[in-house]
Amino acid sequence: MAAPLVLVVLAAVTVRAALYRSSLAVFIAERVEVASPLNAWKRVVEGLALLDLGVSPYSGAIFHETPLIIYLFHFLIEYAELVFMITDVLTAVALYLAIQDFNKVVFKKQKLLIELDKYAPDVAELIQTPMEMHYIPLKVALFYLLNPYTVMSCVAKSTCAINNSVIAFFILATIKGSAFLSAVFLALATYQSLYPLTLFAPALLYLLQRQFIPIKLKSKSFWLYTMQYTSLYLCSLVVIICLSFFLLNSWDFIPSVYGFILSVPDLTPNIGLFWYFFAEMFEHFSLFFVCVFQINVFFYTIPLAIKLKEHPMFFMFVQLAIISIFKSYPTVGDIALYMAFLPVWSHLYRFLRNIFILSCVLIFCSFLFPVLWHLWIYAGSANSNFYYAITLTFNIGQVSRVRQMKENRDSAKRG
Amino acid sequence: MLPLLAPRTYLSENAMGSTMVGEGSDLGPRALALARDFGEHRRREGGIPVSWLSHTMFQLGLEVHSQPFARTLPFPDEAHERYLVRGTNVFGVLRAPRAASTEALLLLVPCCEGGKNEQAVGLLLALAGYCRGQIYWAKDLIFLVTEHDLLGTQAWLEGYHGVNLTAMQSGPFPGRAGAIQAALALELSSDVLTSVDVAVEGLDGQLPNLDLLNLFQSFCHKNGLLCTLQGKLPPPEGPSGPGYAQSLRTLGLMVLGQAGGAPGGPHGLFLRFRIEALTLRGINSFRQHKFDLGALGRTLEGMFRKLNNLLERLHQSYFLYLLPSLARFVSIGSYAPALGLLLLVLALRALELWMRLSRSEEGEGEPPVGEARGGLLYLVPPILISVGAGAALYLLPVRGQAVATQHFPVGEAEAVVLALIGIYVAGMALPHSTHRALSGGGQRGWMTLKLLALLALALLLTCLALLNFSLGFLLGVTLVPPAAAVRPGGNRLPLALLLVLTTPGLSLFMAVLLERELLEAPAGLGEAWQRFLGALGQGLLQEHLHGAHLSPLLCLGAYPCWLLLWNVLFWK
Repeated sequence: MAAPLVLVVLAAVTVRAALYRSSLAVFIAERVEVASPLNAWKRVVEGLALLDLGVSPYSGAIFHETPLIIYLFHFLIEYAELVFMITDVLTAVALYLAIQDFNKVVFKKQKLLIELDKYAPDVAELIQTPMEMHYIPLKVALFYLLNPYTVMSCVAKSTCAINNSVIAFFILATIKGSAFLSAVFLALATYQSLYPLTLFAPALLYLLQRQFIPIKLKSKSFWLYTMQYTSLYLCSLVVIICLSFFLLNSWDFIPSVYGFILSVPDLTPNIGLFWYFFAEMFEHFSLFFVCVFQINVFFYTIPLAIKLKEHPMFFMFVQLAIISIFKSYPTVGDIALYMAFLPVWSHLYRFLRNIFILSCVLIFCSFLFPVLWHLWIYAGSANSNFYYAITLTFNIGQVSRVRQMKENRDSAKRG
Repeated sequence: MLPLLAPRTYLSENAMGSTMVGEGSDLGPRALALARDFGEHRRREGGIPVSWLSHTMFQLGLEVHSQPFARTLPFPDEAHERYLVRGTNVFGVLRAPRAASTEALLLLVPCCEGGKNEQAVGLLLALAGYCRGQIYWAKDLIFLVTEHDLLGTQAWLEGYHGVNLTAMQSGPFPGRAGAIQAALALELSSDVLTSVDVAVEGLDGQLPNLDLLNLFQSFCHKNGLLCTLQGKLPPPEGPSGPGYAQSLRTLGLMVLGQAGGAPGGPHGLFLRFRIEALTLRGINSFRQHKFDLGALGRTLEGMFRKLNNLLERLHQSYFLYLLPSLARFVSIGSYAPALGLLLLVLALRALELWMRLSRSEEGEGEPPVGEARGGLLYLVPPILISVGAGAALYLLPVRGQAVATQHFPVGEAEAVVLALIGIYVAGMALPHSTHRALSGGGQRGWMTLKLLALLALALLLTCLALLNFSLGFLLGVTLVPPAAAVRPGGNRLPLALLLVLTTPGLSLFMAVLLERELLEAPAGLGEAWQRFLGALGQGLLQEHLHGAHLSPLLCLGAYPCWLLLWNVLFWK
């Protein structure tokens, strides 16, 4: 399987290199769907310039990246394009290996359940054959590398690629069963962009399942393992935050990064749901609604954990989707990460009733984003309502797709 | 027209409607004198007399600047007979006496339009002199005289806004006024006029705010000037056969003009920068009652005074409309459902194909892995070829003109156009050659390909409906019926004929014929062919000179869709 993967990687790198050299690179880098205030390349450059001048990079309220990123690019600024291409390749390879391992586990479980005769006879179509499962890791890597969203994100040099890479390594570590590495990568991902905190629950559930520890509240081994994992995670997080403090000798980065993510002061339009609401809202209510919107991201973890505790990987996928849709500054790079997992559950597609309409909605909305932006900002014939309408439609399409997959998963299990 | 579909126009902007202005200017004699002077100096210098203009504007009390520009066209322009263009724009700024120069209004006169337009320059200078003596200006007034009509205007706009949309070379921009709120372009060809004609269509079919047109109309009525649209007086009120026919003709011409994407005058280039603009042309016909330049001067003065009162940019009235006559408009809410219904046809057809595909998949049971993956692979060659042909159509004619002129003994402009037609026709021959290379795919293959073609066409038409509705509508009307009907197998001849008749190239030819028909100057096939070639050349040029989007949209959007349908028709 290595040869097709190498081919896919080569094709992806060629596409990205070609786009870097073309005139489209500037156009893509300016698009608000691809670059948000959190991960735009222009802001990284600004922060580096401030750092070179000896001033704190957070003093201008422009730069909202973490100190580790600024130090990474301090040394690698000349090879920025290479860095982003390598990051994408690493993400794809990590996802490939992760899904390969996961498929082995799933296949073993399937075999066991077939032998135990636990499946109903008419579920034969849902059982994946080894041949199908053989191609899924390659499809996942393909879906990630050649997804137009990922390519655009890479060409725009948005640091979302680095976030995706960290999350991919976290998933790989979780599937391989290494609690320590999983905790470290999760801490890094949380440090980068706060919301992967919610991925703690699916990772914990998966590791418990792997260790064959039953999830009973009274079980001592359950609490022991949970405490271990939690302490690993918290310690890594504390270590990374302290390291950042020592890098820049100030706690400036905490309000600039996490305060910015949570309080949403910048209302530049993007593909998320926050900007329009808060642009229209009175000051008096904005704190309340900020809290409501942020709780919305974290809120689904517990019900999903209860419902999906037997299927932690699917839980992970749904959680990633929820983060990408409801976070405060989403970009298409975030969407590309959870879309890469769609082939893993492709055996459910036969039962997705509206997959055609939903996919069409998503494709049409992706094309209408720049058209309505042009009409609003340049031609002046439209206004923000038009752009937000497309944002809403896009997000409704995504939410519907995730909901449909979950429903089908449930009905397939029951049936 | 039916009052429901085409209501009367009305002024929506409060700041413009309720204020009264009293025009006090009588610019006729002064304008004519200045026009004579300008004409003399222009004949002496053979181009725009920069020093005389600068001196005169300075004497009038304006802040004068000049902007030189140069451009090498991608291939020689047959219509205007130019290739290497070098010119200078001259503009004078009248600073508002009590305001902070945050906003500006613009009066544009292309200096050598049709070799003349000296009366317009005279009127501009006379108006500048009159306005200098008034104290009520809250916005700066820019009086701009451009050279080489659209090229000069494009150079000035790019310099003023500091952008680089085309490869125009000009030095650092000399001096700016505020953000331009509105602009008027003036073209006159004689000392007296019988009516004033207004042009609305801008580049890529963009239209100014309807309020500006309403403003123009109200001032023409006030000063007794006759105003016309497309050179014709409005049809008589009340339902009547000839009235309907004329309204339909005007509407048809506007749709064709908007779809072509060519600006109707120098004002067309302003719209892209969110500057509402109109072009006013003085017409001297055989009518009895003539107006002198003073009447036009009063109209312009009144319009500028009303625009001076604006608190914000014009946004209250419609941006997307069609005009069956000057006094009536059709808003987008009335005409958009037409294209929506066409898109519904495509959507329903796509849905039907999807359901047939998923039912056939369930019928076969689980397809073996090799065929399932192979099914998708069979789509890759036709799609790659269609997109490649589109890219070749877009890139090769202009870039390969050196090669073309070496092989064929024609001028460069003709070589480019002939190369365009050649590549277009060559693309039609592709399905036959590619089908020899690969075979198989079968029933599911062509249905999936048709599904993709329908989705691509629907996407293109949706985007066009928002950007340039007329172009989207014309492409939809021609391409949707064959797209829905096409299928391989059976008698291919009628379907092939239908597809060939509705190909975008032929639609353009029919549009040229239809336009001449509507202008009541029907053209024979030979003349239509010449005009068609000219239109192709102009379309290509406009993309390079002004950044128009018609050429890329047709080459990279409509043509590949059509080629995919052509591939579906000849599927084995």
